[in-house]
Order: sequence, then structure tokens, then C-alpha cells
Amino acid sequence: MKTRHKRMAFILVGLAGLAVAAGLVLNALNSNLALYISPSDVKAGNMPKGTAFRLGGMVVEGSLKRQDDGLTVYFDVSDNVETVTVTYTGILPDLFKEGTGVVTQGKMTDGLFRASEVLAKHDENYMSPEVAEMLEKGEKANQAAAAAAKASY
Amino acid sequence: MAFKNSIAWYYFSSPKNFYPMAGRLIPWFWALSITLLVVGLYMGFFVAPTDYKQGESYRIIFIHVPAAWMSMLIYLVMAGYAIIGLAWKLRMAEMMASALAPTGAMFTFLALWTGAFWGKPTWGTYWVWDARLTSELILLFLYIGYISLQSAIDDPRRAARASALLAIVGVINLPVIYWSVTWWNTLHQGASVSPGMEPKMASDMLTAMMVMTFAFWTYTIAVVLMRVRRTVLERENQTSWVKALVGAPKEKSSEGEKQ
Repeated sequence: MKTRHKRMAFILVGLAGLAVAAGLVLNALNSNLALYISPSDVKAGNMPKGTAFRLGGMVVEGSLKRQDDGLTVYFDVSDNVETVTVTYTGILPDLFKEGTGVVTQGKMTDGLFRASEVLAKHDENYMSPEVAEMLEKGEKANQAAAAAAKASY
Repeated sequence: MAFKNSIAWYYFSSPKNFYPMAGRLIPWFWALSITLLVVGLYMGFFVAPTDYKQGESYRIIFIHVPAAWMSMLIYLVMAGYAIIGLAWKLRMAEMMASALAPTGAMFTFLALWTGAFWGKPTWGTYWVWDARLTSELILLFLYIGYISLQSAIDDPRRAARASALLAIVGVINLPVIYWSVTWWNTLHQGASVSPGMEPKMASDMLTAMMVMTFAFWTYTIAVVLMRVRRTVLERENQTSWVKALVGAPKEKSSEGEKQ
């Protein structure tokens, strides 16, 4: 019985040591493990200079502009603090929409992010179209109510 | 009560007692698994509503998410058996750990594969090196490494000890997979279902997903018990009960040759 407990303790101490080591390694790698950086990072200059990197954020509502060739688009990516304008030539993924998440790869030139790849980021919400419509209506009603409340002050 | 339980535990930790018990359980788990699979797939494809954003392509989650959960759960259980096998030198625990690995690898592969097919229409790419996808790929390599290490060493006891160490070290990867989406920026979305949180999913979708999860769960138990029974026969082939079980018809035939 004694040796069993000793072996068990050995394994547990070993595991704890490993966990600490892994934690330190992951902490050190933190910035490399992030898939993309935010517009705030870009504005602050915390990005790889001269090489391609990934920029992630929300596509700003109403910012999507299509050029006459039908393939080149401009849109703004925001993290609700800073905004970066992105240009891309190519086919956008089906889920790409204003107001949803996006991850783009490209280079920063003259304040414009020239993307070579645009990926749509999906969120964790799954629901039927009816429910989505209901939620949207509810949201609009709330906003109208809030506006009405403001107007009555 | 606790005393009784510990008796049962020791009783079934002996391969001789485990073997017939597993044999009795297998058909039940197969029946459960197939029933749940039929119900879960029907609900997933015909009852659950279309997603408001992704349309029909989201239905891959009824396979993808349960497979990804199983890939992590099986690894955790496998590492648990590995620890018991190392600390208590229980042959049955060693055999259970090695029997779990192929099914775990299969589910990991299934999760990665279905994820790629979902990623193309949804994200616009099959693969991206984000933390979630990369750590899940590492899990697949851990399973493959575990299986290879075990088959590379001839002596089953030494093979079990060496591979158990690998399995235990690999446990570090599990929290990384699970929390990767909250720790780092990833393309993979956060969890829709997690303990202590309201599910961010329509209830019919959630029900179908949970039924599929239990289908995979019972499938795993059935298939692992079948595999471990074979391993028991292989590793215990020197014992009298295995000889009596499989050797009897052979002896008859050799007698027949003599006559």
C-alpha cells in the first residue's frame, strides 16, 4: 500500500510541475498564439512591420463599399475603440456581413490594410430565422422605447 | 457501502472477472448507441430548425461537437486509467487505457475533418493555424504517438508504463484545447454550451446535439469493451481460464489428429 501511495504522489507532483511549466511556456508564447491583432494594436504600432499579419474585429455597419469591378471592396474593421480601413479584391465568404466579426490577412501600407485573405468569424449563437427576427424586432422596439423615453424628458 | 464498492472494484479489476462482465454489457451498449444515433440524426436533420445565419451547413455540429467533446473526454479517461495503471500496477487499467486510444483518435480525426468541411463555407477556409485548431491537431498526434509507442515495445508491461507516461504528460493539452477560445484570439468561435451558462443555441438543436453525444458515448463504451476483451485474451493467454476458454476446441482437434 505504501509504495502505491508513493508512486501516486510521484505522478501528482510530476503533473503539477508539468502544469506549471506548461503555464509558463503558454504565457511566454501568448502573443504568438493569438491568431490576429486588433485595430487598437495597429494604431498603437504593435504589429509586425513590413510583413503580413492578421487583423481582426467587427465590420463597421455601413462601411462596406464595392468598386465598379465588382470584386474590390473597402470596409472598416473596428474593435469599438479604433478603426482600420481594409481593401480586398476577391470573393468574400458567405457569412461576411456588416456588423459581424472578420479576420483578414494582409499588409499595412499608407494607413490602408491591403488584405490578401478575408475570413468570416462566426459567433457562438445558433438559432432559427424566426427567433432571430423576433430578437431583432424586440431590439428595435427597445431602441424605440429608449428614444421615446429620452424625448419625453 | 463504501466497503462493498471497493470489493466490486477489486473484483472487476481482475481480467478473469472483467471479461464475462464486459461481454454481458456490450450488446446493451450497442443497442443504446444505435437507438440514440437514429433518434439524434433524425432530430438533427429533420426536427432542429435551420440556422438564421449559416442555413443548413450548421447541421455538421451534430457530429462535430459531440466528436470534439468525446476526443477530449476519452483522452481524460485514458490518462486516468494510465495513472491507475502506473500507481497500482493494475493490468486491467493498463488494458483499458490502450483500448480507449484508437476510438479517441478516431473522434479527434472526425472533429478535425467535419470542422474543415464546416470551415470552408462558414469562415472561407478549411484550415487556419489558430489555437483551437492547432491544439486539437496536437491531440490527434498525442493519440497517434501513444498508439505507436505502445506497439513499438514488445513487452506489454513496459509498453503500458512508457505509453502511460506519454498519456499523462499530454493531459496538459486538454485545458489548452478547452479554453483556447477564451485565452487567445482565435477564428474558432467561443463555446455555445458550457457548464454554468445558458446555452446560446435553440433548444431543439441542443437536444439533438446532446442525444448525439450520448450516442457517441455509448458507442465508445461498446467498442472499447470489445477491444479490451480481445486484449485480455491476448495478454492473459498463459492463464488457465483463457486456455479453458479458447484452447478447448483446439485440444479436441489435436486429439482428433492423434487418432
